[in-house]
Amino acid sequence: MSHDEQVRDIDSAKGISGDRIFKMITLGFAFSIILILLLITVGMAVESIPTLKLFGWKFITGSDWDAVQGQFGALPYIWGSIVSSLLAILIATPLSVGTALFITEIAPGKLGGAIASLVELLAAIPSVIYGLWGILVMAPWLQHTVEPFLSDHFGFLPFFRGAPYGVGMLAAVFIIMIMIIPIITSITKEVLLAVPRSQKEAAVALGATRWETIRMAVLPYGRSGILGAVVLGLGRAIGETMAVTMVIGNTPQISLSLLAPAYTMPSVIANEFAEASSKLHSAALMEIGLILLVITLIINITARVLIWGVTRQRTSGGQI
Amino acid sequence: MTNKIKIENLNVYFGETHAIKDVSLDVPQNKVTAIIGPSGCGKSTLLRSINRMHDMIASARVTGSILLDSTDIYDRSSNPVLIRRRVGMVFQKPNPFPAMSIYDNVIAGYKLSGRLNRADADEIVESSLKRVALWDEVKDRLKANAMDLSGGQQQRLCIARTIAVKPDVILMDEPASALDPLSTLKIEELIEELKDKYTIVIVTHNMQQAARVSDITAFFYLGELIEAGDTRTIFTNPEKKQTEDYITGRFG
Repeated sequence: MSHDEQVRDIDSAKGISGDRIFKMITLGFAFSIILILLLITVGMAVESIPTLKLFGWKFITGSDWDAVQGQFGALPYIWGSIVSSLLAILIATPLSVGTALFITEIAPGKLGGAIASLVELLAAIPSVIYGLWGILVMAPWLQHTVEPFLSDHFGFLPFFRGAPYGVGMLAAVFIIMIMIIPIITSITKEVLLAVPRSQKEAAVALGATRWETIRMAVLPYGRSGILGAVVLGLGRAIGETMAVTMVIGNTPQISLSLLAPAYTMPSVIANEFAEASSKLHSAALMEIGLILLVITLIINITARVLIWGVTRQRTSGGQI
Repeated sequence: MTNKIKIENLNVYFGETHAIKDVSLDVPQNKVTAIIGPSGCGKSTLLRSINRMHDMIASARVTGSILLDSTDIYDRSSNPVLIRRRVGMVFQKPNPFPAMSIYDNVIAGYKLSGRLNRADADEIVESSLKRVALWDEVKDRLKANAMDLSGGQQQRLCIARTIAVKPDVILMDEPASALDPLSTLKIEELIEELKDKYTIVIVTHNMQQAARVSDITAFFYLGELIEAGDTRTIFTNPEKKQTEDYITGRFG
């Protein structure tokens, strides 16, 4: 029997039809996910047609938002979302990576394990509780302690000017930061645990100190995974609705000052969907949703491309 | 013949396991000392004691002493980081840093000992790569990723990385066991060439390899040093029956 015949024989063997059905079913499931994404995107685009037609690009570049006058410009919301998320990521990343390093490299064992569980517990707290704590405990503290300090000592910078309200961009940044630290920390922790022992030993055997081992062997090996963790954090940050809505002050303005109230895309949707009686108003909210969706998709695709580039470079030489 | 390393009454424990039992062994300078024995006999454990790699393992405990040029590396005042810069190590599987270029891999350890200027770095990279006979193969692509090299080249790169730190001693833990025969041959030739400048201790499960590359052979069994001496004597006329049984392939 030739090799080809053998292969054909195996193909026509019993049980193969079951495999085929299984394949079709799972294929169906997989496609339904894509279909859902497509349906949501298309649905939102269709619903946004009135504002898309009326305002065009002005919807994104405009700053006026007046439902009564029928004026809709989303820039303050886009600004608020992007600035609050990026600042939160900027602060949360070193904190999270540092925590993950402590858990895996400095204190692996009981202390590290306890801290890891506590961090993961943070992720289980419902966001409305963060919001409530933020508005009742953190905001007053910011208003009476942190913000006066900042404007007294750093008031010469445009970022710390204005009256301390407590609620505002700074409060939102802090709340988002606290909420994304668990996700970045626990993914980074997994990434660091996956760094092969041989890599650490290579550095140690060269006479590296603990910190040098981390810098030379651990972080570079895990960088693509850490990047992935940060991006997932960013994804969560930009979509975070409840807690942010409660502490950001909900004022559609673009201010360089972190002390000033602001507004985000998810917040305006959550606050206004119930009262959006005119067709134009609901279309405006839909278009904001569409923009949020597109931004989120761009963030994720960029991250995939980045991670893909890094991992491909790393594995191209064969075994590690 | 001066002794570079003097191991005295060494015991290594991992938790309850007594892995190395009261071992004393002299390692002569500028010679190749081979450690042979069946799997699990403590060869690697002994090797890793010589640059304090066991410090990385919480459950490990070491008693006795290892004198490196008459300084006890397990003395309280000894700094393991500084010891490892004098006692380099090459591992069983090539482990170059995957995120670094060939150039950066070679200079990685040397960089740790302080700042160095570009010209010095270039010189160290070139001389280290020449020393391991890799220079001609990679000189046109020093910026390429180290993972683009073959397994044998990667292992020679790791040896270059080790000697770039300018150690006195090089420990090798079955350095050719993951390589093909041709790459193995190259590593063995390299060991022969390196011993004029370095003291080498090599763990191998391959007795022919021990016979080919080493001057001194130490036979371990169940954590104990059974016999150590001139390689030719060990392989032709061992004192102990256990050694003879092992090298003639009757067990192990």
